[in-house]
Amino acid sequence: MSSLALRARKVSARQPILLILLTLLFVLAVRQPEFYDPASLLAFLKRAAPLVILAAGQYFVIVAGDFDLSVGSLVTAEVVIAARLIDGDPSMTWPVIAIMIGFGLVVGLANGLITTLLHVPSFITTLGMYLILVGAVYTWTGGSPRGALTEQFRMLGRNSIGIVPYAVLILACVATIALLLMRSDFGKTLLATGDNPRTARLSGVPVVRARVIAFILSAVFAAVAAILLGGFGGVSFQVGAGLEFSAITAVVLGGVALGGGRGTVTAAMLGALTLEVLFTLLNVLGVSGALKSAVQGLIIIAAVAIGARRSRS
Amino acid sequence: MLQLRGVGKSFLGVQVLQDVDLELAAGEVHAVVGENGAGKSTLMKIASGVYHPDAGTVRWLGRDVSFRDPRQAQAAGIGIIHQEFNLLADRTVAQNVFLGREPLRRGLVDTAAMNERTASLLASIGEESLSPQAIVGRLGVAQQQVTEIVKALSLDARMLIMDEPTAALADHEVELLYGLVRRLKARGMGILYVSHRLKEVFDLTDRITVLKDGRRVTTVDTSSITADGLVRHMVGRELSHYYPPKSAEAGQERLTLQGAGNNRLHDISLALHAGQVLGICGLQGSGRSALARAIFGVDAFTRGNVHLDGASIRLSSPRQAIRAGIAYITEDRKAEGLTAQQSVLDNAMLATRALSPRWFATAGRTLKARELLAAVEVHAASEEQEVRYLSGGNQQKVILARWLALTPRVLLFDEPTRGIDVGAKAAIHDLIRKLASEGAAVLMISSDLPELLGMSDRLAVMRDGRIAGELPGTADEETVMRLATGASS
Repeated sequence: MSSLALRARKVSARQPILLILLTLLFVLAVRQPEFYDPASLLAFLKRAAPLVILAAGQYFVIVAGDFDLSVGSLVTAEVVIAARLIDGDPSMTWPVIAIMIGFGLVVGLANGLITTLLHVPSFITTLGMYLILVGAVYTWTGGSPRGALTEQFRMLGRNSIGIVPYAVLILACVATIALLLMRSDFGKTLLATGDNPRTARLSGVPVVRARVIAFILSAVFAAVAAILLGGFGGVSFQVGAGLEFSAITAVVLGGVALGGGRGTVTAAMLGALTLEVLFTLLNVLGVSGALKSAVQGLIIIAAVAIGARRSRS
Repeated sequence: MLQLRGVGKSFLGVQVLQDVDLELAAGEVHAVVGENGAGKSTLMKIASGVYHPDAGTVRWLGRDVSFRDPRQAQAAGIGIIHQEFNLLADRTVAQNVFLGREPLRRGLVDTAAMNERTASLLASIGEESLSPQAIVGRLGVAQQQVTEIVKALSLDARMLIMDEPTAALADHEVELLYGLVRRLKARGMGILYVSHRLKEVFDLTDRITVLKDGRRVTTVDTSSITADGLVRHMVGRELSHYYPPKSAEAGQERLTLQGAGNNRLHDISLALHAGQVLGICGLQGSGRSALARAIFGVDAFTRGNVHLDGASIRLSSPRQAIRAGIAYITEDRKAEGLTAQQSVLDNAMLATRALSPRWFATAGRTLKARELLAAVEVHAASEEQEVRYLSGGNQQKVILARWLALTPRVLLFDEPTRGIDVGAKAAIHDLIRKLASEGAAVLMISSDLPELLGMSDRLAVMRDGRIAGELPGTADEETVMRLATGASS
């Protein structure tokens, strides 16, 4: 028992986010035991999947020392584009999904190249990209979304194999890819780049390439999240609104340092789960959903403040 | 007017200055000379109120003083002209001179009065040709220096500290500075003149104080000493440290530079031989690090030829240089050598991973990194410890392990033992010699002249971005210093 306690302490020292998540899950278990029915638990994971995927993508960018503020509007753009291109035609489903991934790739590449080669701070690059995507989508659709998604497309967000939703399977795939990437040499050099880009360059790391790949990963992950979100809900300009901040909050909550070089992708994804559990709990406790963004704001400030305190000591 | 008596200062337990006396009379130009790290800057910072001495007294105009900060020293009449100017590039000369103390009229800046007063100050030192309304950023370095001097004069400076005033000046501008210094002297200004360049010291100054290892060696009248004698005072010390035996003979030419240059370096021709250590000496700013960085492709050569083992190469990035078999151990470990928050093992494997990335970790490479860390004798609590918690010597060993994993043919060491304790220093010296004896060509830069003489098979002395001369490894400090300072013998 004492060795178990010791291990728990060790884990919580390395991953404090796990402690927070377990605490929240405990409170939830007390207040709403039915949360732990397999079906409801899987439904929760399905709902959480897009944010966890976005957080994983955002992690690559943040750990390399940058930000990606464009993912929210990218999600919106992807869904709106998909609806217009598919326009109810089932045969278009898979080609359009390929186009969505391709579009994510292009946006990520643009973010990465502008940030690295033109030396525009990523904060500005991706803020600009955010506005460009919003404006482009409004213009292209003439102000309101057109077309419709097919049932096949929505299946990915809505349906299940047996009791396991597709979304949860996709999440598992994406999480596995993210974990493998960070265990690979690419992941290690990305951490080194975020820690000290000068050292990384002088040690032979292709720093520009690494940072560009991080942006591409973030945008492609956003495209995957868009596929799931398109299935969950309707086609609207609101579908991706605010997701960039939720993703950054999740990553920071996971203890990943802004400025790069510190933190794990597991913690970033746990951060996203924690955020979703917290929202569920607030809902259960009857706190108004209107407070959601205020809570996020508090969390992001507190998490960064605590992180700064820890790195100083 | 200024008297320092028995001044001492230490930082973090290291005695930087000890029992130093210095006296400056009105109308005197007094040189302070010494090797890199002799304590010149610290002494100037004490005189100008930046540092507080731990021991000794500072008398200024006949009274004991203890300046709280540089502003107080300034107000008392001690001006300092730093190597790096403190000027706002987008403002005019007059605005810079009166920055923060602008003459006011009805609460607004009285531009006319400000320009007028600046003009008369300029006239008083024979610099009428400089307009008070000129934008500082568009001026040459020499005129910016004049602006700094006028700023000091506007504060009624009675003495000036000039730190390497000619470092950034072109040859013809140096002449103009000479004239200015002489006019200031004629007005009764006392000037402390810090310079590496012995020619200026002999041209301009009345007395010379020589510092060495934080102590005053001597103070002499400039007219009573020769350049050779001065150099002897600057270097005179006994070699006592043990260095590994030097190599018997040179192997083949590994890396050859022919007429290589870029914006910092001119007409560099050098050869690095397998099995040998080539020491690069030179004063700060002589282009030593620029040479290593150019070879490594950081600020690449734009002219000339580079051959590696007989094949012509052109390297424009560190990555290419590493691929070609070159390693660079940087001068500033923290800024350019470490990824401080990553583990010892990750730091040791960084170059390997960067050059041949794999999807899955292979046991073989990790094992090799571990072996190398053990071979260079890194002492860490664990290989997972963040490298920032290691001592300087251990950090340097981790960086060495990083490069050894790639078995480089050419190694460039820039100040490899700076900030490292004596024990680790000897270990690193041995490692460098071992690498050379195994066939690598080594280039070693160091400000520590005895170290360089102890380690090098051959020496190249740099001055102003050029090779001032090559010497055998048996050369003595005086010969090196004469070449490095340009004091012709």
